[in-house]
Amino acid sequence: MCLQVLAACYKALSDHHRGRYAALAIAAVVIVVGIPLWWKTTETYRAWLPFSEISELDSLQLQLSVDIEVVFSRGTLTPEQQKKFPLSHVNQKEHQFLSLSCLLLPPTEADLSLHMLSESSCGSVVVYVIPESAALLPEDVKVYVGQRRTALLRSPPFKSSWSLKEVLSNLDMEVEQVVSTMSFSHQDIVAALSDRVRMAKVTKESMADSMRAIKSSPGYEITFSLLNPDPRSHSLHWDIEGAVQSCIQPLLNKLAPIANFSVDSQILYYAVLGVNPRFDNSVSAYTLSADSLSHVINPVEARLGSNAASSNPVLNFLLYVPDSHHSPLFIRDHSKREVPSNAFHSPRWGGIMVYNVNEMYGPEAERPVDININMAKVMGVFLAQLRLMLGVQHTHPPTGFVLQSPGSAGLADWELDRLLWSRSVENIATASTTITSLAQLLDQIGNIVINDNIAQQVSSAVTSLQSAVAELEAGNLAFALQYSREAILASERAFFDPSLLHLLYFPDDQKFAIYIPLFLPMCVPIVLSLLKIVSEAKKKRADKQAKSD
Amino acid sequence: KFSQISRSYDIVCLLGRSYRCKCRPPARDQFQEELVIRPLHSGDIYASFQFRTLWDTDFLQERQKKVSHYRLFPKSLGQVLSKFSVRELHISFTQGFWRTMQWGQPFIPSPPGAELWVWFHHTVSDVDGNWKELTNVLSGIFCASLNFIDMTNTVQPSASFKPLGLGNATDHRFLRYATLPREIVCTENLTPWKKLLPCGSKAGLAVLMKSEKLFHSSFHSQAVHIRPICQDEQCTSKAWELRQTLNVVFDHYTSGQGKKEWSLFKMFSRTLTEACPLASSSKVYVDITDNPELFELSPATHLLSRAVVLGDRRTYSVYDLTRAETFGQLRSFNLLLRWKGDNMLRPLLHAERYVAGFGLQTGEIHTVIYNNHPYRAFPVLLMDSVPWYLQLYVHTLTVTSKSRDNKPSYIHYQPAKDRHRPHLLEMLIQLPPHSMTEVTVQFERALLKWTEYTPDPNHGFYVGSSVVSALVPSMVAMSTNFTQDQPLFSSFVPVKEESSYFVRVYTEPLLVNLPTPDFSMPYNVICLTCTVVAVGYGSFYNLLTRTFQVDEPSPPLAKRLANFIRRIRGVPLLA
Repeated sequence: MCLQVLAACYKALSDHHRGRYAALAIAAVVIVVGIPLWWKTTETYRAWLPFSEISELDSLQLQLSVDIEVVFSRGTLTPEQQKKFPLSHVNQKEHQFLSLSCLLLPPTEADLSLHMLSESSCGSVVVYVIPESAALLPEDVKVYVGQRRTALLRSPPFKSSWSLKEVLSNLDMEVEQVVSTMSFSHQDIVAALSDRVRMAKVTKESMADSMRAIKSSPGYEITFSLLNPDPRSHSLHWDIEGAVQSCIQPLLNKLAPIANFSVDSQILYYAVLGVNPRFDNSVSAYTLSADSLSHVINPVEARLGSNAASSNPVLNFLLYVPDSHHSPLFIRDHSKREVPSNAFHSPRWGGIMVYNVNEMYGPEAERPVDININMAKVMGVFLAQLRLMLGVQHTHPPTGFVLQSPGSAGLADWELDRLLWSRSVENIATASTTITSLAQLLDQIGNIVINDNIAQQVSSAVTSLQSAVAELEAGNLAFALQYSREAILASERAFFDPSLLHLLYFPDDQKFAIYIPLFLPMCVPIVLSLLKIVSEAKKKRADKQAKSD
Repeated sequence: KFSQISRSYDIVCLLGRSYRCKCRPPARDQFQEELVIRPLHSGDIYASFQFRTLWDTDFLQERQKKVSHYRLFPKSLGQVLSKFSVRELHISFTQGFWRTMQWGQPFIPSPPGAELWVWFHHTVSDVDGNWKELTNVLSGIFCASLNFIDMTNTVQPSASFKPLGLGNATDHRFLRYATLPREIVCTENLTPWKKLLPCGSKAGLAVLMKSEKLFHSSFHSQAVHIRPICQDEQCTSKAWELRQTLNVVFDHYTSGQGKKEWSLFKMFSRTLTEACPLASSSKVYVDITDNPELFELSPATHLLSRAVVLGDRRTYSVYDLTRAETFGQLRSFNLLLRWKGDNMLRPLLHAERYVAGFGLQTGEIHTVIYNNHPYRAFPVLLMDSVPWYLQLYVHTLTVTSKSRDNKPSYIHYQPAKDRHRPHLLEMLIQLPPHSMTEVTVQFERALLKWTEYTPDPNHGFYVGSSVVSALVPSMVAMSTNFTQDQPLFSSFVPVKEESSYFVRVYTEPLLVNLPTPDFSMPYNVICLTCTVVAVGYGSFYNLLTRTFQVDEPSPPLAKRLANFIRRIRGVPLLA
C-alpha cells in the first residue's frame, strides 16, 4: 500500500518535472534556433562598408605642395655664397648653359631653351634667378612667366656679405608671388571648394570665376550650333570642321588629362531667340540690352536637343545670324555700350554670338543669298568663352609681371597646372561628399540592400581618394588628378547604382504585423509556462527556507 | 540662369587654311518632302506625308573619324546611329488599326502601337546590350515607353524582316524586332518627331501637322526609317536615308454630314503657303485614278504623274510647291475635292486574327489569311511573336485552306522561355488562288507572379500583331529601274522583279484575359498559414508540457441537483 502511494507520488512528481523540462526545452529551441533562423531569413543583405574611413573623409585636411626649383644663374651669387651651397641644390651644367646662351636670346626663345633644359614635371615650377643687371628682361619687368613651367626672376640686390639663408629668405616673397600666379593661390582653392564647403572669405572675382566654370566631370560634349532663323533669305555656310580642327582641337588636346571632350555641330533652321530686339533709331540697328539676355536662351534650348549618346554635361555655343528684318543686331552691356565681340555667355551653359550678315549683300541680291561665315572671327570668341567655361582662370599678375601669351594651343603649361590643381581639389571634395552622403543614407535606412559590388565601388572610391590626397601632399599633380577622377567615377557609380532601390519598402512595423498571427500564439504559452516555472522555483525556495528555519 | 557679356579676347587661331574658300563643295545632303492624298473607297481620305533626308556619309566609320557635323540630318539620330552601330532602324508609332479590306494597302504598313526593328552592324559584339541601351535612348528621343522593350518581347525573326537598304545581311543574330501593342500615341510623340525635320513645323508641308486635327482621325501612324541606300544605279557611292512618314486617315464622310467633300483646310485647318526652303523637291500628289467619273479637283492641274504602286497603275495630279504659280493670287494653296460616285476594290492580300475558346485555362489563336487573286497562288511568310505567358502547343498547329490541310514549306519555331523570351513562329505558306487560309494554334494561359501583373490586369494582356509578308503577283508590270525622280511613296521598298510587289500586312493585336488573382491574397495567405502553424504548435505544446491525471468523475447533473435539493431539505444525500 505504502509502496503504491510512493510510486504514484513519484510518477506525479516525474510527470510534473517532465512537463517543466519540456517547456524549458521548447523555449530554448525557440530562442536558440527559431529566432536566429527567422532573423537570418528576413534580414536584408548588407555588405561591409568602411564607415570609419568614410567618416574620416568628412573632415579631410588637404595639404597641397608644389615642387619649386630655384636656379641661380651665374652672376647672381658671389663665389662665397656659392661655396656654401649644398650640392644638391644646384646643377652646374644648367648653370653654365644658362649663362652662355640664354642671356643673348629674347625672352621667348630663352623660355623654350630653358624648357628643353629641364623637363619639369606636371605641377612643378622652376624659377630662374637672373642678375639684377641682366639685359634679358626690359627695365621695369621684375618677373617673366613663360609658356611652360618656368619663370625668370630678376634678383633683388643682394649684399655679398649675406649668408645663403639670408639670400633665400630675401627671395621668399618674390618666389611666393610667382608660385601663386603659376600654380595656385588660396583663393582659387577656396573657390573650387565653394560648392561643397561654406566659406565666407572668397573674393567676388574668384567666386564668379568658379560659378562660371562648368563642374568637374569625366567628359564634356561641346556643341556648336548655327542658328539660321531665315533660310529663305540666307543660305549660310560654315566650315566648322576645319575651324574646330585648327582652333578648338589644340586646346582640347592640351586639356586631355582633365576630361574627354567630344565636339559636335549642327545647323538649326527657323530657330529664333526668345526676345524681340528693339530698334534703336540713333544707330539704325536692333539692339539687345543686357537685361533681356537672360530670356534669350530658354526658347532656343528646346531646339538644341540633348545629347542622346552620352550623359556628360553639354557646352553649347550658338552662332546666331539674325534674319534680314532684324539686322544688324547688336548686344549692349549694362552701361548701354555696344559689346565689341557681339557675344555673351551664360555660366555653365555656353555662349551665344550674334553674327550680322546684312552688309554682305545688297538689297537686290537674289534670295537666298549664299554667305560664307568668317570662322576665324567666330572661333576667337568661342575659344575665349570655352576657356571661361572650362575654368581657365584669367590671372591678375602683380605689377612687374609679364606673362607670355599662351601660343597656338591657347593654354600655357602653367595655366593647365592651375586648372589641374583646382580640378583635383574639386574632384576630391565632390567624391568625398558623395561617399559620405551615401554612407549616411545607408546608415540611416536599414532596409537598403548593399550588394558586394557597391561595397567594392565604395572602398575603391575611398582608396582612390586617400591616394589622391597623398599624391597632392607629395606634389604629384598628375597622379593626384588621375586618382581623384577614379574616385569620382567610383563614387558616382556606387551612388547611382539601381540595386540600391530594388527592395520594396517594408517598414518594420508592417513586417511585425504580418508575423503577429504566428508570434502571438507561439510566445504566450512559452512565456506563461516560464513564468509558472519561475514562480514555482521561488515557492520551493521559500518552502525550503521555512523548513530549514 | 544669368548671362554675362563676354569680354572680347585677342586669341589668335592659327588657321591652317583660308576660310573664304571660293569653291563650295556640292551639298552632300538633300531633303525632299511629299504629301500624297488618296480618297478611299469607304469615303475616308488617306493623307500620307513623306520626308526624306539623304546624306552621303558613313556613320559606321572607325572611331577616329566620327561623324559630328550635321546640317540637315538630325544630330540626335546621327549620334544614336554611330554610337550603337546601327545599320538600319525602323520605328513606327500607330494609333488605330489599318482596315485593309476597306482602305486597301497603305504605302508603308505599321501595326497598332509601337514597332521597332533594328539591324545592327556585323561588328557589334554585344547585340543585346546595344539593343537594350538603344531602346532606352529612343524612348527618350521620341517620348515613348520604348524602355518597356526587354528580352521578354524581343524576337529575332529569321525570314520576315530583311534589310530594306543596301547590303543583304542574312545573319539574323544582328536583327532585333519588338512591338508594344499597348503603346498609346499622342501629341507628345508627334512633337519630337516634327523636331527632326530641318524646317520643323515652320515651313513646308509640315505646317499642316496640327496635332488636334491629326489625332482626331481614324488612323494615325508616324514612323522613322533609317537605312543606307545607293546613290545611283551602279551603286558606286553609299548614302544614308532618313525617311520620316506620317499617315493619317480622316473620316470625313460621317463628320461631314454625308457630303463627300474635303479640302486641305477642312482636313488640317491650315493651308500651304510655301515649300520648305531647304527642300530640293516639295510636292503634293492627289490620286485621281478614278477621275473624272468620281470626283472633281480644284484648283485643277495639268501636271500628271503615272506610277505603278502596289501592283496597280495609278494616276496622280501633281502640285509642285517649289513653283510660285502653285500658290496663285492668294499666296495660299488649298486643295478642294468633291465626290460624285462610289465603287469598291478588294485588296489581293488580307489577314485577320482572333482568339477563340472559353474559360481562363486554354484558348486558340486563329489567323485567317485571304488571297483574293482570281487565279494566282503565291507564298506568304507569316510571323507570330507570342508572349511567354501564353504557352503555345505547337503540336496543335494546323494550317487549312479550302478545308484541306496545307503543309507549310518552312517552319521556324523558337519556343519561349518563361520570363526570358517570347515564342517566335515563322512559316512559309502557299496560298491557293481565291482562298481563305486558316492557321490555328492552341495555347494555355500561364499563372503570373503577383508582381508581374500590369496595373490594370483585368483589362487583359496584349499580344502583338502577326506579320504577313508576301510578294504579291502584280496585275501590271512594276517598274524596276532606279530613278531619282520617282515619287517617294512608291520608292520605299525596292522592287526586284516586274511581276510582283512586296506587301506587308499586319493583323489586329489580340487582347487576352489571364487568370487574375485577388491581390490582397499574399497577406491572407500569410495570416492563414501562420494561424494553422500556431494552432498545430499549440496542441503539440500542450501535449508535451501538460501532465494528465485521472480525475474522479463528477456526479451527473441530475444527481447533483437532487443532492442540492436534499441538502436544503435536510435529507441524507445520495451516494
